[in-house]
Amino acid sequence: MPTVDLAQSTRRELNGALHALQKQDEGSSWRVENPAGQHALACGLDAPVTVEIAGHAGYYCAGMNQQATVIVEGNTGVGVAENMMSGFVHVKGDASQSAGATAHGGLLVIEGNASARCGISMKGVDIVVKGSIGPMSAFMAQAGRLVVLGDAGDALGDSIYEARIYVRGAVKSLGADCVEKDMREEHRAELRELLDAAGIGADVGVDEFRRYGSARQLYNFHVDNAAAY
Amino acid sequence: MCGIVGLFLKDSSLEPELGTLLAGMLEVMTDRGPDSAGFAVYGDAEPGRVKLTVRGKDLDAVGDALGHDVKVTWRDTHAVLSVPEAQEDMVRGWLARERPDLVVTGAGQRIELYKEVGLPAEVTSRFGLRGMAGTHGIGHTRMATESAVTTNGAHPFSTGKDQCLVHNGSLSNHHSLRRMLEPQGIPIATENDSEVAAGYLTWKMQGGATLAQALEASLDDLDGFFTFVVGTEDGFAVLRDPISCKPAVMAETDRYVAFGSEYRALVGLPGIEDAKVFEPEPAVVYAWVRD
Repeated sequence: MPTVDLAQSTRRELNGALHALQKQDEGSSWRVENPAGQHALACGLDAPVTVEIAGHAGYYCAGMNQQATVIVEGNTGVGVAENMMSGFVHVKGDASQSAGATAHGGLLVIEGNASARCGISMKGVDIVVKGSIGPMSAFMAQAGRLVVLGDAGDALGDSIYEARIYVRGAVKSLGADCVEKDMREEHRAELRELLDAAGIGADVGVDEFRRYGSARQLYNFHVDNAAAY
Repeated sequence: MCGIVGLFLKDSSLEPELGTLLAGMLEVMTDRGPDSAGFAVYGDAEPGRVKLTVRGKDLDAVGDALGHDVKVTWRDTHAVLSVPEAQEDMVRGWLARERPDLVVTGAGQRIELYKEVGLPAEVTSRFGLRGMAGTHGIGHTRMATESAVTTNGAHPFSTGKDQCLVHNGSLSNHHSLRRMLEPQGIPIATENDSEVAAGYLTWKMQGGATLAQALEASLDDLDGFFTFVVGTEDGFAVLRDPISCKPAVMAETDRYVAFGSEYRALVGLPGIEDAKVFEPEPAVVYAWVRD
C-alpha cells in the first residue's frame, strides 16, 4: 500500500499523485499519514481507488470526488465531499458544516454528527449520518437522499426541491416549504437500501424513521408566499 | 476572514508552556489573517499591584518618569507597568497628561495584552510570546474587513479589567451599541466593531452578570456574524452566532480546553490525538471557570 506522510510530503504532492491514478489502477489503496487537519486532502480524484486518511482532515476533504473511496479516520472540516459526483466518502468521526454540499452523486457516510447545513443544495448525493445534524440542513436540497439516525436541528429542508429526507430522531423545526410525508413501501425499500449501504444492520428498522420533503409551494414565485421566502 | 485561538489550562504543570503553545496555534492561523496579530496572556498576579500594558514609542522614558514604585518590563513596542494599586489612578493620569501618544491596551491583576501589525510569526517573536507563562490566553490573526489595517484595529480588545475578547466576523449594529454604551461610561477607543462587542460584555459584567450570562445576553443584542473567544481573570468562554457563520473547533482534555478557527491550529497541543474534539453549537455559550 503506497503511504504518503504529510509530515514529510506536501499536500500538492499527495493530490498530484492521486490525480495521476487511472482506471487501470483500480483497487489500489493509499494511506495518508499525519493529515493534521490540512485542507483539500484527496480532492478531485477520478479513479476507482481507495484513500485512507489517518486522522482529522480540514476543509473540502474529498471534494469533487469521482469513483474513489475516501475514508477519514477522524473528523472533517467544512465541506467534506462537497460537489462529489460519484464514489464513497466515509467519515469515521464528526463532520463540520456543509457536509456533502452541492454533491451530485455517490454516498457520504458520517459515523458521528454533522454540524450546520449538512447536504445544503445537494443535487443527487446520498448522505447517511449516524449521529445528528445541525441547523439549516438540506437547505435548497434539489435531489438525493439524506438519512439521519439522530436528530435534526432548526429549519430542516428549508426551500427544499425534490430531495428526500429520513430522520429517526427529533426534528427541531422544519424550514419553509418542508413537510412531513407518508412513508410508502417504495420509501421503506430505498431507506433499507441506504442503511445497508452504510453498513447499518437490521437492528435499525425503517419504521423508526419519518420522511420529509417538499410541499412544492415555493417552486414559482407567488406574492402570497412572499413572507415564506 | 481572521483566525482566532484560545487556550485555557486545567493542569498547572502546563502553565510554563502556555506562551509556546499559544504562539504555535497563532502562527498556524496566518493563512486566515496575515495583516496583524495580537494576544493576551493571563500570567501571575502580584498582590497589591496592577499591570498596565502600554503601547507606543519612546517607552524607555516612561520608567524613569514614574519612579521606583513602578516596575517596567519592556517588550518591543509595548511595556508592562506593574503599579501599586494605590498609584494606578496617578499613573493613568500621568499617562493621559504627559504621554497621550501612548495607548493602554490592557489592565488588570493578571492580563498582559500585545498587538501589532505584521505577520503573526513576527508579532509573536517580537513580543517573546514563547517565553510567557500563564493559565490562559487568547489570540487573533487579522484580515481586516470593517476598519483599516492598523495596530488599533488589531485584536484582542480589552474594555474592562482583566477582560479581553477576540472576534471573527463583523457586527452590523455596532454604531447603535456604541451610542448606548458610551454614556454608560464604557470606554471604546477605536472605530472597530469588535471593540464594541468587548464593551458590551464589560457593561453586562459591571451590572453583575457572569461572563456566561453576559454572552447569553449578547445573543439578543448583537446583530451580525461572530465567533467570540473571551477571557476574564478566572474565566474563558466561546460563543458563535445563531447561524454559526464563522468557523470554530474545540478540543478538551483533562489538561486544557483549546479553541481554534480551524483544527489545524490545535494539532501541536499535547495529547491532541486523544482529546475530545468538537464543534461548538451555534448560539450556545461555552464557559469555563478556574477553580
